[in-house]
Amino acid sequence: MSAGTPSDITSGKDQISRAEGWRRRGPLLPALIFLLVVTQVPFVFTLYYSTQSWNLVRPGSRHFVGLSNYVDVFKDSQFWQVALNTILLIVGTVLISVVLGLLFALLLDRKFLGRGIVRTLLITPFLVTPVAAALLWKTSLLSPTNGLVNWALSPLGVHTDWLSDFPLMSVMAELVWQWTPFMMLLILAGLQSMPKDIQEAARVDGATSFRLFRELTLPHLRRFIELGSVLGAIYLVNTFDAVYMMTSGGPGVSSANLPFYIYQRAFLGFDIGQAAAMGVVTVIGTMIVATLALRLIFKSFSGSEEAA
Amino acid sequence: MSAVPISDATGPDVSSLKRKRNPKAGLLTTLTWILALGFFFPVLWMVLQAFKKETDAATDPPTFFFSPTLEQFKGVFDAGIGTPLLNSVFATVVSTLFVLLLGVPAAFALSLRPVRKTSDALFFFLSTKMLPIVAAIIPLYVIVGKIGMLDNVWTLVILYTAMNLPIAVWMMRSFFLEVPGELLEAASIDGASLWTSVREVILPLISPGIAATALICVIFSWNEFFFAVNMTAVDGQTMPVFLTSFMSGQGLYWAQLSAASVLAALPVVLAGWVAQNKLVRGLSFGAIK
Repeated sequence: MSAGTPSDITSGKDQISRAEGWRRRGPLLPALIFLLVVTQVPFVFTLYYSTQSWNLVRPGSRHFVGLSNYVDVFKDSQFWQVALNTILLIVGTVLISVVLGLLFALLLDRKFLGRGIVRTLLITPFLVTPVAAALLWKTSLLSPTNGLVNWALSPLGVHTDWLSDFPLMSVMAELVWQWTPFMMLLILAGLQSMPKDIQEAARVDGATSFRLFRELTLPHLRRFIELGSVLGAIYLVNTFDAVYMMTSGGPGVSSANLPFYIYQRAFLGFDIGQAAAMGVVTVIGTMIVATLALRLIFKSFSGSEEAA
Repeated sequence: MSAVPISDATGPDVSSLKRKRNPKAGLLTTLTWILALGFFFPVLWMVLQAFKKETDAATDPPTFFFSPTLEQFKGVFDAGIGTPLLNSVFATVVSTLFVLLLGVPAAFALSLRPVRKTSDALFFFLSTKMLPIVAAIIPLYVIVGKIGMLDNVWTLVILYTAMNLPIAVWMMRSFFLEVPGELLEAASIDGASLWTSVREVILPLISPGIAATALICVIFSWNEFFFAVNMTAVDGQTMPVFLTSFMSGQGLYWAQLSAASVLAALPVVLAGWVAQNKLVRGLSFGAIK
């Protein structure tokens, strides 16, 4: 937190006395301090570890190596492959689940028999424990011997070992299944906050459904879709369960993402220094993207709330 | 926006595009149902598998008709579901209580009686959610190991509290902001102390919001896997970690795995069904009403 920036919320009000200021701040402090300790202190340690050559398998080998861990990370071609996988996984999952979520939301934004049930059915994948969902996909759907997907596709002559032939796509399919409900709920909230009288008026004026959708609905939904994409991406950066359970990152690193790869380096390879450096690089990359994206989203939201 | 409370999507239908009963609408409805059932089918399949014998669960082609048995659920209980179940309940409930204990005052301080640098504080809370957890796991593991708290469910309680606190603060702040200011002014004119007005005016008003927040925290804690698998082994094991024990090298216990998965997923699925309207708000940090 930077000091010296004038508060933008209390500035208009009369001066608050020092004691009153503390009384107001008091309730905030426990949460703030707790979070600082639990989330920021470890990160400082990560920074420190990233300057150490430290492999748990070689006791006594620990020493300061400056930035050489970072040099190694950047020279590690697997790391780049994994970083690319991570981006593909996030972008692919977000894009597909937004499109499917939009489709479902539009279908649900009508009155029809059993709408509540349909909505409940559709959100369930999001609620299923991610480990259980990953195992379900691995053992029941994508299994090469008795998976439902192969069984359903057998009339077409398809018989594939999805997890070893298309590992990244398999993980993505599972994530799309889990995240589409989230996008659907968000976009549905957007659809239901639309002023219906304008739509009605446009319809009376003879606008076609497609024009209504393109010129009224879609622009209105834009900020909901943006919010969904950013939040989805923030949650998906941490994807671990699906990769760990379904493919263990393999074959090779073809389906590993950054959390899994770093976990592997730290907990299976015991290379603490390297893993820490990768963690720092991941954080920096994420922070840059997330800060830009979030600023955009929350500006768009607070701006339009004032207008409404 | 008018002062309509949280929009209730299951409530009276707000779609004013009332369509007459025509073939097109019927077709759309059928399509919607088919898509929804297809999307839900994997879950249904998981439930079906849980009631099969292992021999029925592993057939090729898949078995759709079978005589259901509770054998697998019995097997799951024999496999020692007790400890992980208790741990999951404990970590979930206690961390959620901690989140409320820390989060309600913080959300209050950031909404109704804003402190200086409110937006800085809010952004700090949010930024902790953007940090990839993996960057903190190594030091956490080392620290927790040094103080002898590995494989201890209290470690998960602390971590889950930190994990859910930012979302909870953002979410509850959005509920606090809906409390009409006039109500508070009226209370203070009547001579109510801050504490009295909090207890008698604000808390009753936002208790549905607090309940929704708690439910979101429950869902996240219950489903959490990354911390659990790295920080616990036997004594502190939770339900998601327990599930992995059914993945033997051969991965043969499909029906029993399904039964365990059903048991692990059931509480959260039920809770989520109840709270589906609030789910979006929690997941979007309160940005959407």
